[in-house]
Amino acid sequence: MISSNRPLSPHLQVYRPQITSALSILHRITGVALAVGTLLLTYWLIAAATGPEAFATAQGLIGSIIGRLLLFGWSFALFYHLCNGIRHLVWDAGYGFEIETAQRSGLVAVGVAAVLTLLCWIAGYMMMGA
Amino acid sequence: MDLRPSLRSPLGRVRGLGSAKDGTGHWWAQRLTALALIPLVLWFVVSVIVMTGAGYPAVAAWIASPLVAGLLILLIAATFYHASLGLQVVIEDYVHHEMTKMLSVLIVKALAILLALSGILSVLTLLFTRA
Repeated sequence: MISSNRPLSPHLQVYRPQITSALSILHRITGVALAVGTLLLTYWLIAAATGPEAFATAQGLIGSIIGRLLLFGWSFALFYHLCNGIRHLVWDAGYGFEIETAQRSGLVAVGVAAVLTLLCWIAGYMMMGA
Repeated sequence: MDLRPSLRSPLGRVRGLGSAKDGTGHWWAQRLTALALIPLVLWFVVSVIVMTGAGYPAVAAWIASPLVAGLLILLIAATFYHASLGLQVVIEDYVHHEMTKMLSVLIVKALAILLALSGILSVLTLLFTRA
């Protein structure tokens, strides 16, 4: 050990979770989930390029109950990662580091992501009904 | 780090780009792709919602229009670049065995390139066969 007068990284076993730390790890988790979700995006594009039968199969999988549940999860992950990513870009520009601001912007990111997710699904079901 | 007195300036040290030799390149690419993905993702989500319930001809015709095809290719490229940079950081943070770490990063990069290429070629197939 060189010096004890240095800041320590949080030791996870004894670290009380906070809004900021929970949302930070959620950014990572949603990012990894979205990376897995790119498999579906690629499959959908390949199916479209292959032809009507392959595309119908893909749409059937995506439209199934499990497909819709996965898509719902991915849509929230996408909106959360997008909103929190913008929060990160604001930090990169040097703003919003005060503890209260960082906590409030985190709650805003989650709230906006939840609202956008619900609006998208309502709009999607309205399109199917129309 | 070499602590002997040196004529090398702090700036020169910085220009040496550190042990990874890419300086802030990774960090900067992650931010630029993030910035590009904001409008691209919003456009894609709105487009998909508008097409909910549409049949194959409508979707294929949508992909096959030049502007849409171009935006889709940009979306695919930025997405997989951003994802591979992000997954690389996650792997480097949690995988400590040197060989496993390097192999995982290489596999992620290879998969990202393969998937991006398949997606882009699918878009181009529709663009050139349905135009």
